[in-house]
Amino acid sequence: MSPSVPLQEMIRAIRSARTQCEERGVIQRECAAIRAQFRQADNGGRSHNLAKLLYVHMLGYPAHFGQMECVRMIASPRYSEKRVGYLGAMMLLDEKQDASLLITNSIKNDLSHSNQYVQSLALCTLACMGSAEMCRDLAPEIDRLLRASNSYIKKKAALCAVHIVRKVHDLGELFAPAARSLLAEKNHGVLHGAVVLITELCERSPETLERFRKTVPDLVQIMKGLVISGYSPEHDVAGISDPFLQVRILRLLRILGRNNEAASDAMNDLLAQVATNTDSTKTVGNAVLYETVLTVLDIKSESGLRVLAVNILGRFLLNNDRNIRYIAMTSLQRIVGTDHNAVQRHRGTIVDCLKDQDASVKRRALELSLALVSATNIRSMMKELLLFLSSCPLELRAQAASGIFNAAERYAPSQRWHIDTILHVLTTAGGDVRDETVPNLIQLITNTSELHCYTVHKLYRALLSDISQQSLVQVACWCIGEYGDLLLRGECQETEPVQVTEDDVLDALETVLQSHMSAPATRGFALTATMKLSTRITDNVDRIRSIVSIYGSCIDVELQQRAVEYNALFKKYDHMRAAVLERMPVIEKNSPGHTNGESTREAVKEVQPAKVKQAETLLPQQPTSQVCDLLDLLGGSEEPLQPNPAVGSTVPVLPISTSSTAGGDLLDLLGGLEPTPLTSAPTVTVYEKGGVTLTLSSEKQSDSGLTVTLTACNSTDSDISSFTLQAAVPKSVQLHMKAPSGDSLPARGAAKVTQMVALSNPNKVNLKMRIRISYTSQGSAFQDTVQVDSFPEH
Amino acid sequence: MMRFLLLFSRQGKLRLQKWFTPIPEREKKKIIREMTTMVLARQPRSCNFLHWKDLKIIYKRYASLYFCLAIENHENELLALEVIHRYVELLDKYFGNVCELDIIFNFEKAYFILDEFLLGGEIQETSKQIVNRCIESSDMLQETMEEYMSKPAF
Repeated sequence: MSPSVPLQEMIRAIRSARTQCEERGVIQRECAAIRAQFRQADNGGRSHNLAKLLYVHMLGYPAHFGQMECVRMIASPRYSEKRVGYLGAMMLLDEKQDASLLITNSIKNDLSHSNQYVQSLALCTLACMGSAEMCRDLAPEIDRLLRASNSYIKKKAALCAVHIVRKVHDLGELFAPAARSLLAEKNHGVLHGAVVLITELCERSPETLERFRKTVPDLVQIMKGLVISGYSPEHDVAGISDPFLQVRILRLLRILGRNNEAASDAMNDLLAQVATNTDSTKTVGNAVLYETVLTVLDIKSESGLRVLAVNILGRFLLNNDRNIRYIAMTSLQRIVGTDHNAVQRHRGTIVDCLKDQDASVKRRALELSLALVSATNIRSMMKELLLFLSSCPLELRAQAASGIFNAAERYAPSQRWHIDTILHVLTTAGGDVRDETVPNLIQLITNTSELHCYTVHKLYRALLSDISQQSLVQVACWCIGEYGDLLLRGECQETEPVQVTEDDVLDALETVLQSHMSAPATRGFALTATMKLSTRITDNVDRIRSIVSIYGSCIDVELQQRAVEYNALFKKYDHMRAAVLERMPVIEKNSPGHTNGESTREAVKEVQPAKVKQAETLLPQQPTSQVCDLLDLLGGSEEPLQPNPAVGSTVPVLPISTSSTAGGDLLDLLGGLEPTPLTSAPTVTVYEKGGVTLTLSSEKQSDSGLTVTLTACNSTDSDISSFTLQAAVPKSVQLHMKAPSGDSLPARGAAKVTQMVALSNPNKVNLKMRIRISYTSQGSAFQDTVQVDSFPEH
Repeated sequence: MMRFLLLFSRQGKLRLQKWFTPIPEREKKKIIREMTTMVLARQPRSCNFLHWKDLKIIYKRYASLYFCLAIENHENELLALEVIHRYVELLDKYFGNVCELDIIFNFEKAYFILDEFLLGGEIQETSKQIVNRCIESSDMLQETMEEYMSKPAF
């Protein structure tokens, strides 16, 4: 082989460039020379110019000016030029370029060239970058070549046909008969091409699949020949005769035998033979075995064969080669649903793979382990999984944590075990768990009342050791706040007793409050917990008071708001404090109520009146406000009631219901604080139009005070948003509208919006109210006004 | 089917690229960058299989060259390893103890050999000897034609 001198000189020159800049210079010069050469008439060096350009292109430099040269070279009669021209076409042209159409004619001519190597160039290029039009044009030619040519051309024509079928699906019909006849060929290359073509045709069209089912016996025959034949030097790879062809035939058999009893029966023996006779010491053998296993598991094979297949996978799991273990687990993953028991037998090996060094293997082992967890093996599996979690790579932690939670939830043998497991996960991987974990865990804890003491002790200890894992700290603070009295009592059945003083507990909470590691949400938890303890401890209430008042001037608005409210609770409403800070009731899992929008302020949730009845408070509940802005702070904001575990991260806060003001500027509705039983006031429908219904109920608070509740409901089929009410009253009447519960009315009355209006009528004039309703529905705005002349009173 | 085959050195320099589906030039560059980053970051004794988008990436290192083959999800990974190995054997037979420099200075020959072994994303010829014979015959054709026309080859 004579070396191509000019090309190699250029390559040497480029490689000797010491910097990127120098290289660019060399390449620019060469490209200029090449361009000049292209413009010249035919000279002897055309092919090496194009070859140089292709090298430059491979380095990443633009080479589009060579496209026309490729077209010219392909049309040249010289073989060397055709060769480089076609190579250039495959590298520089693709079906999206216009120049590719120009070579269609050349390809057509070359397909019927007398020399098979020229034909092969054309076939190769067509199969590489043939566009749909080219394929349509040349399909008959390919079909002709499929039938009548030598085996060298036939095998290429077969793969060309595959490409054509992929580009233009309808042409599959054209090639089906030729494909069928090719199966009788002896040449392995042609056979391989035929099998690939038949596979492609069967995958595309079910009718063709039916027709080709008849070829199963032929395929079985060919395969048998390969398996039991002696050594064939042409096709032998490490003792296996033509593994490439074997794998393709097995894949075709899989497609033909799927969902078909007869075909599956016909191949049972063969598959058993391949599975047992194939030598599995080298990768080649394992490749064939792998394909066999996939086929057995996919067709309607008899149970003995299936067991054999799963056992092969089990053997793969023990193989030293990492690749083999990896694919074994991938395959087991696929069948863990259907052959669960068979896979369970290999659970031990799979769990061992969790400790493998390789990240891909670990990932597969994790997925498979999680799929294999069941009620019987939950304890041992969880031990392994928790061990894995402590040492697993970062990208797998979230998956592992959520998998563990799911498994724990489904198969927890006892409540205590469940809580322990969750706590363990939080301590090891607290940063990677999902947001719902905190409310879920809180809900779980409240539900297991007998373990409150144990839980709070454990959490307290965890808090003492590490306050960096936010989820854990949040849950711990909440529990200490709720069950602090149990903690201080000291004795506990489930764990060793430890003496905890009130100062210790307050120290712990204060550490969380002051630590720079604590997220704002966590500090909120800690502050609330501190506040709750004020009713659960006896001596250090003053300390709590001082903590709370310090945070009244905190920069964080959320904390400041809470602190100010708690302060108010200490000062003005001390008599209510005990009732307000009582123990929480058990949280229902799917309680109604939803967040208003994507409020990032965890503190605010909406509450349904029904739920409110459960609370210890007997005061008439007011809907919570969506936006707790500073004005509300002074005006006496409504605090959220019970947390809703179903919705994002929430901060369970005390069920305060104050409708009064701390500043005393706004309307004083102290009457509302008297514990009056929640009786249902008579309601009147004041507005009903366009599917929107507005009802009104009123309650006399005092001699001159009246609280009016407006409830809106949407019975149309589309959601309503930006729903607002405005009210006007006669001059001497004072009106104060509280914040509405929300501004969106979901369709078909799924939820209501309520708004309270506080009226003061000292002059006792005839009370009238004009209400303006405005909202947006289906993209357009609506507005309406209604006048209410009489108020139902009781 | 196979989607693409890339050969690159340990410094990430591309030595050969074969694409079996039409992909815009910019996309190709992006894929090459991603492949080289992914494969070069792998630990020495790790699994040869990677997942990337909806494809399986099979890679193997031979001396200073990484061979990176992307196959569709339903293909046999172990067989893909064999395909890579077969290509290396073909190169070895042709160049005689092939090394990276051979592939650099004779890249067009590497392509010709590949085009005799794979076609349209599938294996074309399963016999090593036949592929070698075909390459030799093509080269012979080129030379005799050139001698006949008394012009130098390349």
